[in-house]
Amino acid sequence: MKAIVTTDLVKKYKNKTAVDSLSLTIEEGELFALLGVNGAGKTTTIKMLSGLTAPTSGDAVLLGDSILSNTQAVKQKINVSPQETAVAPNLSVRENLDLISRIYGGSRQAAAAKTDEMLNTFGLTEIAASKAKTLSGGMQRRLSIAMALISNPQILFLDEPTLGLDVLARRELWAAIEKLKGKMTIILTTHYMEEAEALSDRIGIMTKGRLTAVGTAEELMKQTGTDKFEDAFVALATGTEAIR
Amino acid sequence: MRTLAFASRNLKELIRDPMMMIFSVGFPVVLLLLFTAIQSSIPVSLFALDSITPGLAAFGLSFISLFSGMLLAKDRSTSFLMRLFASPLTAADYMIGYMIPLLPIAVAQSAICFLLAFVLGLPVTANVLLSILVLIPTAVLFIGIGLMMGSLVNDKAVGGISSIIINVSAWLSGTWFDIKLVGGTFKKIADVLPFVHSVNAARAALSGDYAAILPNLAWVSGYAVVILAIAVVLFRRKMSSDKI
Repeated sequence: MKAIVTTDLVKKYKNKTAVDSLSLTIEEGELFALLGVNGAGKTTTIKMLSGLTAPTSGDAVLLGDSILSNTQAVKQKINVSPQETAVAPNLSVRENLDLISRIYGGSRQAAAAKTDEMLNTFGLTEIAASKAKTLSGGMQRRLSIAMALISNPQILFLDEPTLGLDVLARRELWAAIEKLKGKMTIILTTHYMEEAEALSDRIGIMTKGRLTAVGTAEELMKQTGTDKFEDAFVALATGTEAIR
Repeated sequence: MRTLAFASRNLKELIRDPMMMIFSVGFPVVLLLLFTAIQSSIPVSLFALDSITPGLAAFGLSFISLFSGMLLAKDRSTSFLMRLFASPLTAADYMIGYMIPLLPIAVAQSAICFLLAFVLGLPVTANVLLSILVLIPTAVLFIGIGLMMGSLVNDKAVGGISSIIINVSAWLSGTWFDIKLVGGTFKKIADVLPFVHSVNAARAALSGDYAAILPNLAWVSGYAVVILAIAVVLFRRKMSSDKI
């Protein structure tokens, strides 16, 4: 089954086209990275796919449900880790996890068990009673991702998950994301070339709202005749030809 | 279930904010002590307990607009609300989830005010319970005002606008002086707005003048329903807008 199929997805803000005729298919279990410079349309794409903003035209079908006609069904299957750390500051780490589990329909007992599992998986057990606002940026980000995973989503959106983290915290998160590969479909947006190269099965490059290239890191390097993925990205991000 | 989980989170956020306790409970309590001290030193009945206590209880509720507005506006200013908007929570879940924790807080506020008044000499009668009940539509009104502000402006602006609303509602409530003494346009404005009716209904309940409760209560309830409806519409609009 296809996890995500977008058809001519367009998002316009007044005179600006943030996403332009995005047609893309992502397989179930795939880790797909969306790369692009600032304002390329990555976050807008994630917002449309997760039901946060309505497309101006076009549609996307997530595991058989349209984001236009069956938004609630889509929302039950997905979860999002937004670009900025999204935690309730006055709630403890445990309470944050428990809240999200229950919002997605988990019973009190099931939420408690799932919370314990997430605390353990993400190494948060020792700080389970600490208020989220007292955690370091890296730990808050880790909690934010654990909150996105606690609902057992079939599709997980990670919007720049390692933005602003130091190299050690970034590597730790990479390891956590690596463990999720194959268990769910993951859409990852990032500015970091090495992150996309290390983690993703396929990479899509967005430029000025258009998807200008899709393929594995090797395919994109071969396509551009470059030895480094960063050079391939620069070549593709500055090109104008769009993939249809 | 998911509504209760969200409501429980909001209650925790509210009661863990020390400013809420200081303003909503501490401020009316200090004023009650102050006005009782003034009353004991003057020969005329200006701030009798059976008159000032319902007024101060209503005044305390005006701070609810500040806290409900701040809670929503702060959620909007962080990515936390974006995370929730991507979840299966519906607009009704949000509005009920924001309202539910504030109602018991409002009742507790009024109860504390009356309990202190008992200590200061207010006769203990069943009418006190009726007076607290009669103040519930006032609490709903201020919750609605807060949610309306929280849907429209940021948390800093909520602080400023709330202080205007708290002041206007205080001056036009008849708590500190008899509105009839000012008369003219001031009285006409006060009669059109709900604040004096809140205090009149609570005073009528406390004094056992049951016939006077309903007309005042109907006026406040009408405002509460309209303001809450506007808040719901604004919030729903915010949920589907491009900018949370």
